[in-house]
Amino acid sequence: MTNTIIWTIAIITVLGVLLALVLFLVAKKFRVEEDPRIDEVEKVMPGANCGGCGFAGCRAFAEAAVKAPNLDDNYCPVGGNDVMAKVAAILGYEVKAKAPQVAVVRCNGTCEARPRLNEYDGFASCAVKAALYSGDTGCSYGCLGCGDCVAACSFGALSMDPATGLPVVDEEKCTACGACAKACPKRIIELRPKGPRGMREYVSCVNRDKGPVAKRACANACIGCGLCAKTCTHEAIVMEGNIAYIDPAKCKLCRECEAVCPTGAIHGVNFPKPLDKDAVKARIAERKKKAAEAAKEAAHE
Amino acid sequence: MSKRSFAIGGVHPHDNKIARDCRIEALPLPPTVYLSVAQHIGAPSVPVVAPGDKVKVGQVIAEPGGFVSAYIHSSVSGTVKSVGPRADLAGRPVTHIEIAVEGDEWLEGIDTTDTLVTEIPADNKAIIEKVRQAGVVGLGGATFPTHVKLSPPPGSKCERVIINGCECEPYLTSDFRVLLEKGEQVVVGAAILSQVMGNVPCTIAIEENKPEAIAHIREVIAKLGFGCVDVMELKMRYPQGSEKQLIDAVMHRQVGSGGLPISVGAVVQNVGTALAVYDAVQKNKPLVDNVITVTGECFPKQANLQVRVGTPFTYIADCLGGVPADAAKAISGGPMMGKAIANLEASTVKGTSALLFLSEKQTRRAPETACIRCGKCADACPMGLEPFLLQKLSRSQDVEALEANAAQDCIECGCCLFSCPAHIPLLDIIRTGKGLALGAIRARAAAAKAAAEAAKK
Repeated sequence: MTNTIIWTIAIITVLGVLLALVLFLVAKKFRVEEDPRIDEVEKVMPGANCGGCGFAGCRAFAEAAVKAPNLDDNYCPVGGNDVMAKVAAILGYEVKAKAPQVAVVRCNGTCEARPRLNEYDGFASCAVKAALYSGDTGCSYGCLGCGDCVAACSFGALSMDPATGLPVVDEEKCTACGACAKACPKRIIELRPKGPRGMREYVSCVNRDKGPVAKRACANACIGCGLCAKTCTHEAIVMEGNIAYIDPAKCKLCRECEAVCPTGAIHGVNFPKPLDKDAVKARIAERKKKAAEAAKEAAHE
Repeated sequence: MSKRSFAIGGVHPHDNKIARDCRIEALPLPPTVYLSVAQHIGAPSVPVVAPGDKVKVGQVIAEPGGFVSAYIHSSVSGTVKSVGPRADLAGRPVTHIEIAVEGDEWLEGIDTTDTLVTEIPADNKAIIEKVRQAGVVGLGGATFPTHVKLSPPPGSKCERVIINGCECEPYLTSDFRVLLEKGEQVVVGAAILSQVMGNVPCTIAIEENKPEAIAHIREVIAKLGFGCVDVMELKMRYPQGSEKQLIDAVMHRQVGSGGLPISVGAVVQNVGTALAVYDAVQKNKPLVDNVITVTGECFPKQANLQVRVGTPFTYIADCLGGVPADAAKAISGGPMMGKAIANLEASTVKGTSALLFLSEKQTRRAPETACIRCGKCADACPMGLEPFLLQKLSRSQDVEALEANAAQDCIECGCCLFSCPAHIPLLDIIRTGKGLALGAIRARAAAAKAAAEAAKK
């Protein structure tokens, strides 16, 4: 009995040593030469493997970053400037700092504003719903409310608000990886710069229908009246196919557009004070008056 | 001889043809019609009328917007009110031409009598041109412009024209009534198609649940003496009316993935299309009306109606007593492949075959449970696909695997969903995967084309 046990242990040990030797030799012979910087870069990555950079995961990003001649096309939105600075230090490249971004839902067609015209009883997925028809409200551009964006978010930054039927972005958790924007079949979600202290102005509507049609479908729709574009003194607002778009690079956050918007389609978030519409409107009127007087005088001279 | 059918898959839904004994009646003219410019597969037509124009029945109001496109004719006489976007049955804005109806004045040259014209003109090119001018599209559901189908690419040869009278969708009876009441015209239309395709034999395929139609068409053929046309009785099985399945059933030939029927020598046309071809060639009558079945257990009155193209669905329902209170869903087409109507204000198009009302109980979906890998969906799939796998790949959006597993070949017949004991909405999910696969294939084709052009330069 003891003999058997000793023999078993001896054979297994010898086998183990021999096989380990074989493995060692094979590993030495067929060793894959890999840039050690790939491992280093991967270590400083956030490790979310979200795909927000356009690569399959953090490792793939690291490989691409090491191979690339510069870092212009490789940017990790999750890690942001801090991580990219570390990556740049490892690789000896320079990296341009990018303004941190956040996902913005450009639809404010709440349940009250957008009456339901029909009932959808199919598979609860925006992609499936969008393939079938325009949606259960009169607006064929707005949020379908099945939460594909919520499912796509790997950071738990999105949730559906049952009161409005629209997704809500948690700015703290959002890393601007862009997964929600890709998942949305209506292309409602846009990545916009976070803005100073999170303050930003945006048009929360993508309805391209003409004013009356859009208004009939949704009380909060952008009707393409162009008032905001006329009011803006920074040329930050462009009208494209019956909707206004605020260029975040040009916007100076004066909130005049928000004050003049007749439907409330323009949203300003994270401002310290609530918007005093009348005061802003009075300011605009005053400015226009002065401009008119100046023009008169100029004509006179 | 045993009756034929297609080789793999298929299901047997109850046929529910409760409107089968209703004779075709003409629907009174609606006060206004709305004609969509996208009534066919291919490029939308381009409107050639402006608000205020007076039009007659049969007058061209929109011209083809490309090779695969079709003429659209006014289906009524009256005044053009507007040309602009209007929600279609899915609620999507599509350009519609709105015409207020005044009287019923037809364009000169259109023969509106019932006299049967059996003499077929000899010039095939002229026939195809007439079909094109009449805006005839496939009325089996896909609405593919018929003149394109009748002009096969050089090098391909048609060996048989198949007239599709299967009507395998439950509830639908419009093709059946057309076969019974306008059998003569359909047979002449079939003979025209067979002559155009090079004097090939023509088979009118009818499922066995329509024995009256089979007997009637046999009689008509004997009476009119068209030797090239025959009738084939097929077993009852859904989706036999699908082009590839029908070719398999009739000719025992299989159309390959991405292939066209002409690649195996077949041209399939619907019964309604054969009638439209007859009207166009023999009567100079463009496609301005079609037969629509209005049915459903919860609908008080069943009917087969001759309806002018562009009639609003609400008007059709109102003429028959209004939308029933217990109707939960309105469907344009049959219950298997028809489209739910999200907007009842929308109007009919050339390809509309039915207006079906289903009750709450009939449309209720059972809760989805886990796949038990029974393989019923794979058994039912007439294209030989594996729906359980495709739905998984669709959920994970694995485009390469979707393409490798032929998601693009899905004909969206719904057999998988119909047969699934776990009530998984297979087709709904696979449809998104099919879109991804087709998108990838198209992108590749476009890239190859661009590369070829760049190489030329």
